[in-house]
Amino acid sequence: MSVATATPVRVSLGSRVWSLVSSRETGIFLALALVVIATTIKNPEFLFSSDGWRDLLLTPSIVAVVAIGQAVVIITRSVDLSVGSIVGLSAYLVGTLFVAFPGFPVPLMFGVGIAFGALLGLVNGALIAFGKVPAMVITLGTLYAFRGINVAWTGSNRINASDMPDDFLNLGTQQILSIPVLTIIALVILIVVAWYMANTRGGREFYAIGSDPDAAELYGLAKTKRVLIAFVASGAASGLGGVLFAARYGTINSQVGDGFELQAIGAAVIGGVAIVGGSGTVLGAVFGAYLLLTINRCLPILGIPDFWQRAVTGALIIGAIILDRVLANRQAKRLVAERDAA
Amino acid sequence: MERFNANGGPVQSNDATPVLELKGVSKSFGAVIALRTADLALYANSIHAVVGENGAGKSTLVKIMAGLYQRDAGTFTLDGKPVDFRTTAEAKAAGIAVIYQEPTLFPDLSVTENVFMGRQPTGRFGRIDKAAMRAEVIGLMERLGVRIDPDRPAEGLSIADQQIIEIAKAISLDARVLIMDEPTAALSGVEVDRLFAVARSLRDEGRALMFISHRFDEVFALCDTVTVMRDGTYISTDAIVDTSVPEIVRRMVGRDVNELFPKQVAAVGRPLLEVTNLSQPGVFHDISFTVCAGEIVALAGLVGAGRSEVARAIFGVDPYASGTVTVDGKRLAGRSPSIAMKAGVALVPEDRRKQGLVVDATVSSNITDAIRDTLTRLGLVTVRRENSEAQVWASKLEVKTAALDSVVGTLSGGNQQKVVLAKWLAANPKVLIIDEPTRGIDVGTKSEVHRMMSELAGIGLAILMISSELPEVLGMADRVLVMREGHLTATIDRAEATAENVMFAATHASEEVA
Repeated sequence: MSVATATPVRVSLGSRVWSLVSSRETGIFLALALVVIATTIKNPEFLFSSDGWRDLLLTPSIVAVVAIGQAVVIITRSVDLSVGSIVGLSAYLVGTLFVAFPGFPVPLMFGVGIAFGALLGLVNGALIAFGKVPAMVITLGTLYAFRGINVAWTGSNRINASDMPDDFLNLGTQQILSIPVLTIIALVILIVVAWYMANTRGGREFYAIGSDPDAAELYGLAKTKRVLIAFVASGAASGLGGVLFAARYGTINSQVGDGFELQAIGAAVIGGVAIVGGSGTVLGAVFGAYLLLTINRCLPILGIPDFWQRAVTGALIIGAIILDRVLANRQAKRLVAERDAA
Repeated sequence: MERFNANGGPVQSNDATPVLELKGVSKSFGAVIALRTADLALYANSIHAVVGENGAGKSTLVKIMAGLYQRDAGTFTLDGKPVDFRTTAEAKAAGIAVIYQEPTLFPDLSVTENVFMGRQPTGRFGRIDKAAMRAEVIGLMERLGVRIDPDRPAEGLSIADQQIIEIAKAISLDARVLIMDEPTAALSGVEVDRLFAVARSLRDEGRALMFISHRFDEVFALCDTVTVMRDGTYISTDAIVDTSVPEIVRRMVGRDVNELFPKQVAAVGRPLLEVTNLSQPGVFHDISFTVCAGEIVALAGLVGAGRSEVARAIFGVDPYASGTVTVDGKRLAGRSPSIAMKAGVALVPEDRRKQGLVVDATVSSNITDAIRDTLTRLGLVTVRRENSEAQVWASKLEVKTAALDSVVGTLSGGNQQKVVLAKWLAANPKVLIIDEPTRGIDVGTKSEVHRMMSELAGIGLAILMISSELPEVLGMADRVLVMREGHLTATIDRAEATAENVMFAATHASEEVA
C-alpha cells in the first residue's frame, strides 16, 4: 500500500480566515450593513437618533429568538408552522397571569412562558415523532388549533400595558451599555444554541438526521428523540418570544404573533439554513431575521412604496434559495472535479 | 491453477470457536420467506465469502447480523455467547460493522464527522474534541493508504472513497467482524485492488471478514472459505482450495427447473420489437435484439446488470444516447412513454406499488388508467363506462376482489399484479415488457401469472420478460438474453439454456461463455 503524505493536523489560520470571509453568515451581515448604511445616508436619523440605534437592534429581537428555534427544526428536515400561534398563546398567558396576580415575579414569568411554549412544542413533536405524520401537516393543524384556542380564550378582550407591572414593561425598552435588554436575551440564547449545535453530539445529530434520515437510522442515532427535542426547543423559543412580545408592546389581543411563522422560516432560509435540512447555522437565521425586519423598516425611508415591501421580502427569500442552489451546484461540481483529478 | 491459492489466510482448524456464528436462522416478511435455515460461521484471521443467486437470502442475513432485522428463529452467537440485537447500535457496540454496496453517509457533514457520528469523543460540558477526531481520521487514512481530506463534506465522494470511510469507521470502532455486501459492484479495477489490500491487512490483524460478491474471480482471489446459499437455505461451506467455480455455480442453482413453468408453444410471427445498438454511457452498451409475435424473450442477469434500464429506455422513461427502437416495423419517433404507448408498447414495471398502480384508487379506475382517452366523452369519464370496461378485464384475468370499487392497495400482491396486467392489456398492446413479473407473489398466483403470459404470447403478443429467477427464465422463455454489467453477453435458445450457462454468462465476461 502506498502511504499518503501526512496532512497537517492543524487547520491553517489562512483557511480559517477564508472560510469565515466566504461564509453565508458574513454575506448576510454585509447585506444588512449595506442596507443600514444606505438608509442612514438618506436619513441620518435612522441610525444616529437616540431611538434609531435602539430600534435597529430591538425590533428584530423577538423574531430572531423564534427563528433560532425554527432553524433547529429545519436543520432536522422538519418545519414548525405553529410558532406564531405559540407566541400568541404564550403572550396572552403572561398577560392573564399578571392581571390575576399583579405581584407575579418577573423572572418566574419568563420560566412560565418558556415552559408553556415547550409544552405546546411537545404536542407538535409527539404527534410528528410517534404519529409518523409529516411536520408540515401537523404544525399546519396546530397553527390553526392553537390560534383557535387563543381566540376562544381571549375573545374581544385585550390586555393593556396598565395591566402589567412596570419593571416587566421596562425590560422592553431598557438598555444596558446602549444595547436593549431584549437583544441581550436573544444574544444569550443565540450563543448557547449555536455552541450546542456546533460542539455537542446532540447538536451534530440534528445535522446528521437532516442530512440523511436513512443513514441516521443505520448509524443508530435516536431519531425520534432528536425530532422531539427540536420541536420542544422551537416551542420553548416561541414561548419566550411571547413573553418578550408582552414586555415590548404591552398590548396583547388574540392576534399576537400572527405571521411570525413565515418571518421565522424566511429568516432561516435567508440566513442559509437549507430547507431540506442538514446545513446552515442558527447565527445565519438570526442575521436573516435582522435583514428581513430591517429591510422592511428601511424601504419606506428609501422612498419605496408600502406595497412593494412584501415583494421585496419575497425577492429576498427567492434570491436566497437561488443563491443556495447555485452555491450547492458549484460545490458539487468542484467536489467531483477534485475527485476526478485525484 | 492460480485460483486455488490459499490467498495467504491460515487454514482454519475445526476446533476454533467462531467469532460469529448463526445456526438455523429463519426470517419471514408476512407470507414471504426470506430465510429458511441459514448457517454461517466467521473466524478470526479469515475472509469468508457468501455466494448465491439474487433472492438467496444473503442481504437478509447481513441485515440480521447488522441488527436491522430480527430473526424469527435460530441461534446467533458471538464468541460462543448468544446475542440478540434489536438495533444497529447494539450490533455496532458488539463489534460488527457492515459496509454496504452503496454506503449511506451524511452528505452535508465532513468526512471526520461521518466517521465519528454518534460516538464523538467529548470533554467538559459534552464538548466534542474536534482536534482529536481529526487527528484520528488523518491517521486512519494514512493507514488505509488513501488521500481523503478529513474536512471535506462527504457529498461528491466516489463510491470507493465512501466505502473507505465506512471501513475507517469500522476500524476506529475496533470492529472484530467486518461484513462487506457486494462492495466491488460499483468499483473500478484499481479501486478493487485497493479495497482488497485493505481487506487483507484487516484480516492479518485478526479480524473476521465476510465478503458477498457475484464475481467468482474476486471470491477466489480474496477469500479463504466460501458458503453457498440458495432459496434462503444454507447449502455448503468449503475452503476455497477445495472447490472450483463450476462446483459453486452448480450448488447455487442446483435444482430441477424445467417442469415448473410450462410455456405453451405459439406460432412465431413477424418481429414486433426490434432494438438496435441501444447505448447509454455508463448504463448499457450496444444492446441489439428482436422479439417476434408469439415469443417470450427473457432478459436475465444479476441485479444491477442494466436490464431494467434497457426496458425503461425502450419505453421512453429513461434516456439513451444512441440506437433505435422499432415497433412493428415503425421506428419510434421520439423518446417518451406516450409515443411508446401509441406504438403499442406496454411496460409492467418492477415496483408495482410505486410505478404500476395508483394504490389508493379503485380497481376499475386502475384498469382503465391507460385507456382513459378512449373512454372519455366531452372530457369526462363516467363510472359506468369505466366499470363495464374494467369488468371485462377483471374477469378475464380472474382478479380476486370484493368489488370493482375496492381500493387496489387492499388486494394481495398477486392480484395487484393482475390489475397492472389488466391495465395494459386493456390498451391492446403489441409488445409487453414485464419486469420481474412474479416478485413478491405467492407460489399459487405465480403459476397463474405464468399461464397468463403464455396465453398472451399465444394470441400474438411479443413479450420481453426481465427476471432474476432462473427457474422462471428457463421455464418461460423461448430465448434467453443475458446481460452483465451493461453488456449483452449471451443469447441462448430455449433448448440449450441451462441454469449453469445462464448463470455463467451473468457472472463472467462473454469470451468465457462457450
